[in-house]
Amino acid sequence: MKQTLLSLSNLSKQFDGKTVLDSLDLEILDGEFITLLGPSGCGKTTLLRLMAGFEHPDDGTILLGGQDLTHTPPEKRPLNTVFQNYALFPHMSVFDNVAYGLKMEKRPKEEIRQRVDEALAMVQLEEFARRKPHQLSGGQQQRVAIARAVVKRPKMLLLDEPLSALDYKLRRTMQVELKRLQRELGITFVFVTHDQEEALSMSDRVVVLKDGLIQQLGTPREVYERPANLFTARFVGETNFFPGRIDKANGDDTITVDVFGLKRTFRKPDFPVAAGQPLHVLLRPEDIRVLAPDDDDGVAGKVVERNYKGSTLDSVIHLEDSTEVLASEFFDEDDPTFDYRLGEPVKVSWVDGWEWLLPMESPEAEAEANLDE
Amino acid sequence: MSSVTQQPFRTAVLVLVWGWLLFLVLTPNLLVVGASVMTRDPGSFLSLPLNLDAYRQLMNPLYLDVFLHSLYMAAMTTLICLLIGYPFAWALTKVGKQRQMLLIFLLIVPFWTNSLVRTYALKLLLATNGLLNNALMSLGIIEEPLRMLYTEGAVIVGLVYLLLPFMILPLYAVFDDLREDLLRASHDLGAGRLATFVHVIVPLTLPGVLAGVMLVLLPAMGLFFVPDILGGSRNLLVGNVIKNQFLDARNWPFGAAASIVLTLAMAFLMFAHRLSKRRIGEDGV
Amino acid sequence: MSRWLPRTYLTLVYVLLYVPIIVLVVFSFNDSRSGYEWGGLSLRWYEALFNNRAMVQAMWNSLWLALSAATVSTMIGALTALALHRYRFRGKKLLNGMLFIVMMSPEIVLAISLLALFLLVGLKLGYVSLLLAHVTFCLPFVVITVMARLSGFDERLPEAARDLGASDFTMTRTVLIPVIMPALVAGWLLGFTLSLDDVVVSTFVSGPSYEILPLRIYSMVRVGLKPEVNALGTLLLVFSLFMLILSQWILLRSRR
Repeated sequence: MKQTLLSLSNLSKQFDGKTVLDSLDLEILDGEFITLLGPSGCGKTTLLRLMAGFEHPDDGTILLGGQDLTHTPPEKRPLNTVFQNYALFPHMSVFDNVAYGLKMEKRPKEEIRQRVDEALAMVQLEEFARRKPHQLSGGQQQRVAIARAVVKRPKMLLLDEPLSALDYKLRRTMQVELKRLQRELGITFVFVTHDQEEALSMSDRVVVLKDGLIQQLGTPREVYERPANLFTARFVGETNFFPGRIDKANGDDTITVDVFGLKRTFRKPDFPVAAGQPLHVLLRPEDIRVLAPDDDDGVAGKVVERNYKGSTLDSVIHLEDSTEVLASEFFDEDDPTFDYRLGEPVKVSWVDGWEWLLPMESPEAEAEANLDE
Repeated sequence: MSSVTQQPFRTAVLVLVWGWLLFLVLTPNLLVVGASVMTRDPGSFLSLPLNLDAYRQLMNPLYLDVFLHSLYMAAMTTLICLLIGYPFAWALTKVGKQRQMLLIFLLIVPFWTNSLVRTYALKLLLATNGLLNNALMSLGIIEEPLRMLYTEGAVIVGLVYLLLPFMILPLYAVFDDLREDLLRASHDLGAGRLATFVHVIVPLTLPGVLAGVMLVLLPAMGLFFVPDILGGSRNLLVGNVIKNQFLDARNWPFGAAASIVLTLAMAFLMFAHRLSKRRIGEDGV
Repeated sequence: MSRWLPRTYLTLVYVLLYVPIIVLVVFSFNDSRSGYEWGGLSLRWYEALFNNRAMVQAMWNSLWLALSAATVSTMIGALTALALHRYRFRGKKLLNGMLFIVMMSPEIVLAISLLALFLLVGLKLGYVSLLLAHVTFCLPFVVITVMARLSGFDERLPEAARDLGASDFTMTRTVLIPVIMPALVAGWLLGFTLSLDDVVVSTFVSGPSYEILPLRIYSMVRVGLKPEVNALGTLLLVFSLFMLILSQWILLRSRR
């Protein structure tokens, strides 16, 4: 069992009367890779800046290994930050950038040289020590920024959307590299991003934030497969929301739900259920099966869009009540039923047990969720 | 801004900056306002009671004449600067970018050169037996040397010579921002050259014109050394009056009142400049 | 538009701008006492200039004044720009406004207001009053130059320095000032030249104890023609040109 390294309790922050963080509690474990995920304005960057010490909370405390850091200035915190646009000092060489933090600690010259060399070797930039930042590519600058932050051996590394300025391919490379570094160094990483794919692929745990409140905290798998609410379900990946109504609760921990007139049996969810109660049935596009129109199972509709994506074939299907269904099927040339043409009638179904049930939320939340569509 | 800053450094900076500006900008300006409503005193410069005599004195026909003449010369200076500078700035944007930098450099060299020396150089040219007269006579254009020095014209020439770059630079800035596609769009929509000039170019360059006017008109009323060197005793500027009142006649209230009139003129021009910028959707500075 | 028309026009204006300066330079090497006739090549006016002790003294005074005014105004101006850029404080608009007023108001208005202040507080007119006045009118130009540099400055750099263990003061010394150095140099050179060139403000706030060059020139050129002025003007021109090229070179180099 990992121990708590950083513990945030009851943190609140307002800017000009606007609440950015609202009594937030969060425990960050020693050695984990935790990601703060959310749309812009959700408070994730503010949260990171509170940890770094660039902002002070209006209320609440920040404890690091039991020590109160709430009002400690950034230079006295044993945490370091990798900034969004790297924030490399333009007038210093790569070496001097990385050495800066050690010079501030007044380390002996020889030790500085050795540790900087090590840090640069770790990010494979030994030969670039004499260069100035503007002579490096974006990816190289990124690695200098990482070296500069880890050379101080912080207890925790804060990364503020560090990959957002890189192109897609480089971003993938750096994701792998960051994971490797985190494993090798054993430092806790707190990673901020708005990219859910990045969050899912890199993290041990993901914190989904919205309006300064934690929506869900869990492993990537939990967040993706068992979203806690409508917001998380929508923000993390594509989802089909089918309107359901509980027909009856069965004795054997299952319920029967009416979806598009089909009676399906689902596992009983962990929220209270009663007969006649409406709920959301969530299905990821890859859980949808597209069947021939004469199949016994499924709901009738017709194909309105087909997008070939290489490994998958994505379709949009309009049901008769004009609900849009996204389906993502793995490509299989041998399957004769696979290739539907536009406008062709089909039936839509899914494998029972792959669904996820959510209760109805407040009218505002429902309206907001519908707006996204 | 982050709320985390070490207080002593920040406090020291703010105290220094505020102290300097309050003591050497705000206080002196308030003093001038105060001086303008006090009474002249030969012993201690100023004394009570408060009154508006100084402003009334500005209306004295003798001074009014000087002011109007100064205003006339300043206005002529501004107009000539505008007439030379507007096409100049336009032409400047038509040459290659590399050459533009060189030409701008050549334009600001005089700005970095002592203005007294440049005024004096004009005197070399304009004197009765000076180079210009000599040249014109040897070319047979004139028989007798012309009287050019110590005239109204000489003062205006001197002011134009000193202030032209201040007209050109803001104009160049607006012409540089003027996008070619706007002109093409105007032609495309059926406007001829004149219509494009009136409806597109003029409104878009107006802030530059006003900035230039502001930078030329006011100094053109204050640069007292130009008439001193080129103009003789008849072609005085407001600046000469203020200087005489302060340094020679010791009539501080009157000098202060005259300078407040100048300041108000500046405020008015700044207001107009702001307005013109807002009209084309830029934030006034 | 044809190409030769704008070019001819530009050339014409530049000729008009430079003819007086060229005449001045040429005549500074004139052997003739008359300012209008060419009497052969000579350096006699340069000689006369350097044999005039009062003139040399005024030169040194001016140089010292310009050096100190530029230095002080660069320091205060840089701090002002930093404060405006980094700190949130009450009266920021007023501060900005005061700087703008100094820059835009006619020099003579600034001159008499400072004279009034100095007499009120009983400051003897001389080096100190000149320094205070020169720093004041140089200040906005330094602030603008530094602000321009700061506006392109990454807001995260100071935070990165703090994050790596630098105090606010250390950060300013090791990151902020090195980054804005080119602007500081350019601002300093501008201040130096403005101070060296100033006539209007100096006329009001200088006293007999400290004679400076522009005022000495002023008293020489008010009446008649003095060939020494040609020589002096040429020297000043060369000096300004050197400073201008230096500042442009520094700015260009920093823009790589």
